[in-house]
This record gives sequence, C-alpha cells and structure tokens, in this order.
Amino acid sequence: MRASGEMTCKELVELVSDYLDGELPAADVVRFEAHLEECDGCTRYLEQMRETISALGHLPPESLSPEAERRMLAAFRDWRSQR
Amino acid sequence: MTSPSAVDDEARLLDGLRAGDEAAFRELVTAHGPMLMRLAMMHVPSRAVAEEVVQETWLAVLSGIDRFEGRSSLRTWLTSILLNTARTRGERERRTLPFSLLRRRGEEGRDEPAVPPARFQGRRGEQPGQWARPPLEWGPPEDWLEAEATRGVLLKAIASLAPRQRAVIALRDISGWSPEEVRNALDVSETNQRVLLHRARSKVRAELEKHFEAVKDGS
Repeated sequence: MRASGEMTCKELVELVSDYLDGELPAADVVRFEAHLEECDGCTRYLEQMRETISALGHLPPESLSPEAERRMLAAFRDWRSQR
Repeated sequence: MTSPSAVDDEARLLDGLRAGDEAAFRELVTAHGPMLMRLAMMHVPSRAVAEEVVQETWLAVLSGIDRFEGRSSLRTWLTSILLNTARTRGERERRTLPFSLLRRRGEEGRDEPAVPPARFQGRRGEQPGQWARPPLEWGPPEDWLEAEATRGVLLKAIASLAPRQRAVIALRDISGWSPEEVRNALDVSETNQRVLLHRARSKVRAELEKHFEAVKDGS
C-alpha cells in the first residue's frame, strides 16, 4: 500500500473493519474519507458492511429444548448429591 | 462493560451454585443458555449435538466451580469451555459434516483479499485498483435485515467460515462482545482478531451480495 496519496478502492475494502471499529490511524481515516467522497462504489461497500454487521446483531437467540433442560437439571441434581 | 450490580449478581449466583442451590443454577442457565446454544450451533452439525455440547459445558462448569476464581467473567469462562467442547465434538463428528464445513484453509486469512481482485481494474485499466464491478444496490435494510431468507444466508455463511473466523465474528458481531472479552475467551492477539473479524465480515457480506444478485436475476 502507498504510504501517502490517494487510496484505491482495492485498498479501501481492506480497511473497512478497522474504520468502523475506530481502529484506523488518523492519517488513514483522512485518506479513507477523502476517497469515500469521490467514490460511490466504496460508499455503498461501506454501507453494506455496516448493514451486514447490523444483520448479524439481529439474529435471534437460540434456546434449549424443554427435554434438554430437563436432562440438565437431572445432571445438576446428580452432581449435587455427590458433593 | 459489565455493571457493578451485574458482577455482584454473578458472584451471588456462583455462591448459590457452590452451595448446590437449584434456583441459582436455573437462573444461570436462563441467563447464559441462549448465547451458548447459538454459539454451539455454529460449531457442530445439528441442534441435537449442540444441546449435548451445552449440557457438557454446564457439567464442566459444575465440576470446575470450586476452582473458578472469578478472574475472568463467567461468560468468558463458559465460552472457553463451550468452544473447547464443541471443537472436540466437531472433530469426532467431522465425517458427518457437509463438505462446505470441511474447508480449513487459511485460518487467519491474512493473504485472502476482502473482495476478489477481479472486481477491480488491473494494472492496465484506466484507473488501476478502482472498482471494475462495483457493488450493486441492496434495497432498504428494513426490507431484508430481519427476513427469514437473510437469516438463512447469514447462518450458512457463518457455518462455512474457518473455525477461528467463525468464533470471532460470532462473539463480536452476533453477541456484541468487546475486543478485550473476545481476546480473553479465545486467546487470540489483537492483530489476529482484527484480521479474523475483517475476513469473516467480508465473506458474510459477499454471501449476502450473492444472495441479492440471485434474487434479482430470478425476479
């Protein structure tokens, strides 16, 4: 990667996570945002990464079946009786 | 991240557990069960096996409770136990896993690009390194973010990741853990965690993109 000057799209896509997580060094943030202003493709790419992360955060939790819960309580009682 | 009262609460429940209090056990299972179950399901091939992994995890907690000093948070400890258990089970069950789960190349993926190089202009292009085929519109997130089809794509994408990428993205983006907590639970350096997370997110985004393009082609 070039140390200074303009960032390419190919470089930008490698820095998106660091940018979103606030881990990109300040100098790179300036180059990153300067590129975004000129580039619709990268603006959309960044938005899609944000949306991907948001979609992951919306996955519903999973739960144990009542049967598995019963088995676990039985195991707990076993453990307790042997203490 | 964890409030003082939550820490007190956890200490109280752990004391209860040591004393053999069933209500404390139930409360802990209710509080941490869904997170453990979701993580387990990402690492083993079926719900039934995931339930066994969660159960084994709690049994390991019970037999180790007297040694748990509370230096890490309970959920960090639970997660380490669960991932170890899932890994052992996963290895035992590997023969029955679908082929997509068997890919184990480039764990960290340091050399894998986030986006295939063919999507960008080559050295002889007008603007080397700029998009040759930029991403297309996905439509408003409220239309798809919580849709059943989207969930299917996400779960499949996560299942096909390398195990360490999967573990990092599950804890960071699905469970919302901080980088510090993930580092403690998974024993990965900060740099590796960033690489693993970025690769994992890039791949999941690419799967969503494939899905949206297929939907568009089909309509």
